[in-house]
Amino acid sequence: MSVDVTTKIELETIGLQAYFGAVRAVHGVSLRVPRHQLTALIGPSGCGKSTFIRCLNRLHEETPGARAEGQVLLEGEDIYRRGVDPVLIRRRIGMVFQRPNPFPAMSIFENVASGLILAGVKDRRVLDPVVERSLKQAALWDEVKDQLKKPGTRLSGGQQQRLCIARALAVDPPVLLMDEPTSALDPISTARVEELLIDLKKSVTVVMVTHNMQQAARISDQTAFFLMGEMVESGATDAVFTNPKDSRTEQYITGRFG
Amino acid sequence: MERQIDLEIRELKDLILTMGGCVEKAIEEATQALILREPQRFQRVYDLEKTINEHHIQVDEACVKILARQSPLAADLRWIVATIKINTDLERMGDQAVNISHNGEHYLREPALKPLIDLPRMASEVRQMVRASLDAFVRKDQGLAEKVLEQDDVVDGLKNEIFDELRQFMVTDSTSVQRALDLILIARNLERLGDHATNIAEDVIYALTGRDIRHGHN
Repeated sequence: MSVDVTTKIELETIGLQAYFGAVRAVHGVSLRVPRHQLTALIGPSGCGKSTFIRCLNRLHEETPGARAEGQVLLEGEDIYRRGVDPVLIRRRIGMVFQRPNPFPAMSIFENVASGLILAGVKDRRVLDPVVERSLKQAALWDEVKDQLKKPGTRLSGGQQQRLCIARALAVDPPVLLMDEPTSALDPISTARVEELLIDLKKSVTVVMVTHNMQQAARISDQTAFFLMGEMVESGATDAVFTNPKDSRTEQYITGRFG
Repeated sequence: MERQIDLEIRELKDLILTMGGCVEKAIEEATQALILREPQRFQRVYDLEKTINEHHIQVDEACVKILARQSPLAADLRWIVATIKINTDLERMGDQAVNISHNGEHYLREPALKPLIDLPRMASEVRQMVRASLDAFVRKDQGLAEKVLEQDDVVDGLKNEIFDELRQFMVTDSTSVQRALDLILIARNLERLGDHATNIAEDVIYALTGRDIRHGHN
């Protein structure tokens, strides 16, 4: 997108490459993610967008044989710099996955509080308001406020996904990564999550992988198109979906391949 | 592999072509009736306008269906948006052909004011513009669309000449006022037709390039 010089860049990749062993899955991608905006990553299966997003909070390197090169700057600081603890990075850059994955043995409350509990916070006077705030942010509070002790897995699929979003928000991350967050949800739940994301980006920067072109068009501010490990084009969503610069983007979003 | 939307856009294009053919015919009938003093031809314009109005609704319905069912994006989206606007222009062109007919019927009740020279030239230019704008749409021909934009200046120039000449008639001969006024209105109708053809050309350029060149934009 033609990023306004006054728009603060929250996250930036510079020449990011990702490998699985000798196979290069992401080829030198440089992308600027503006603060408090939603950036959608689109592209056909296997194009490297999920690998790319997993590099943004150093999750990619958890796969055996996987590694990343290049820079990922969070508020100007390289998260791949020697000595940086990936666990601390993941607390600042949260992630929500395709399938809702609430911790099965935990209640709704414990699911949301788990990040803080793991960090050693046990005081309910601290945890209670965080859980309430996070569930409210995830637009789930009204539905679960009277059943916080119930297992998270008892909720519907859409509610479980919002619970996972609440869990990610509880540690107050400036950036939230989402890998196809609605692909396992029905249209009503999808609409709720989309509304939630529009609201959420007032306070959080969101990077989202989606296969749903209409979803990217509906809710994102910036869209980046990936193909065979390369980022072909990125720009304001309005421009990408009405007048893409690259013919490969045009062909993909009009359904001519992919 | 042909997509479903390709098929539906092709059907839509055929519909616009049929509608455009009716518009061209209506303009031809209206202007020839006037030039050849054959008032019985005006009825054909009124009949054609009814058909144009039916197509107007059909094209809108088809566009809404494609928007709802195919969720078009990029060039597909621009094409549908342009088609919706072109549809409106074509319908109004049908109305202008009817206006020419009404004014023409009125004019032909009296003897000719003067031999018509510039008005047939203007009508010919306008018909060419209409034809070229529709050809540009069907053939996706940006160059042809740009030529239509240039031609609009010629039509506007002819209208001004016609206005000047008829104004002289009105000043020097009061019995000529009503007939001169009829011809002025017809020149004005033709000018509006040229404007609609220009709109179509601008929409074609938008559909093909994504550039909105209206009102000196871009």
